[in-house]
Amino acid sequence: MALTALEKQLLNDFQHDFPLERRPYRAIAERLGVSEQAVLEAMQALHNQNLVHRIGSIIQVNKIGKSMLAAMAVPTSALTEVAEIINQFQEVNHNYERENSLNLWFVLIGENQSHLDAVVADIEQQTGFPVLQFPLLKDYFIDLGFELDLSDG
Amino acid sequence: MDELDYQLLELLQQGLPVCPEPYAQLADTLALSEQDLIERIQYLKKTGVIKRFGVIVNHRVLGYRANAMIVWNVPDAHVERVGQALSQIHYVSLCYQRPRKPGIWPYNLYCMVYGKDRETVLQQIDALIRRCHLQDFSYQVLFSTRCFKQRGALYPVLQTEKADG
Repeated sequence: MALTALEKQLLNDFQHDFPLERRPYRAIAERLGVSEQAVLEAMQALHNQNLVHRIGSIIQVNKIGKSMLAAMAVPTSALTEVAEIINQFQEVNHNYERENSLNLWFVLIGENQSHLDAVVADIEQQTGFPVLQFPLLKDYFIDLGFELDLSDG
Repeated sequence: MDELDYQLLELLQQGLPVCPEPYAQLADTLALSEQDLIERIQYLKKTGVIKRFGVIVNHRVLGYRANAMIVWNVPDAHVERVGQALSQIHYVSLCYQRPRKPGIWPYNLYCMVYGKDRETVLQQIDALIRRCHLQDFSYQVLFSTRCFKQRGALYPVLQTEKADG
């Protein structure tokens, strides 16, 4: 993966406070001392290589609806099957296997707690395993994006 | 927030187009003026609904293949200090306090560390233990071994809102 200097700057320097003006790519170009066309092409190349998920927004947890971290302890032999059941719920967001006796961790997003409780009850009934809910009490993180190490090699 | 704000957030989940006037294009989709659309995004940022607006990188493709959730058991009296300290570390993503489950799960502080490989992540955790003075607190490192599902938040809530409204 050989990135140009411009691509590296686009990846690292515009993860927050992307310009909110009519021609944002031109604003970026002016800051970096290149042409708008060069910025558009580099940004398109980053999308094409799937290095950028999107230019968009990260929504603050619990500002819209309610989110919930949930975990289950599932025997390895049943894990794929249980994960597939869980994935079918549209309220399920991320779903990861993790190294722990609680080995399946997923995030639910719903309208409110009773909506989440209903989904959890459904999951428990369909999978036969209990679900632990870990609601957010406090968010300490100020999201400024992710500082990438883009040194070559 | 009104119905248009929800539609706008949903559009932004799909990403800003790469073209000279991307906001005008989104505004057309929502039948808003470009200025109105930009002001709505500014307002959603100001009120904290949008936590971050910008390039969302794909860690995995960029070579960050290891991802660990670290859970800490921090005495309640220290959780504020530790939470603040952890969130300052540049390789820490997310830092949340969550309730313990007595008898099952004593951990009350969660953070996430992404790294290029497992070794790097473990070294980073050692470093943050020293830097944030966490030597006395028990913790566990939960590396993710498989991703069964990953997608942007919001869709079900938006659908619910629409169904109700």
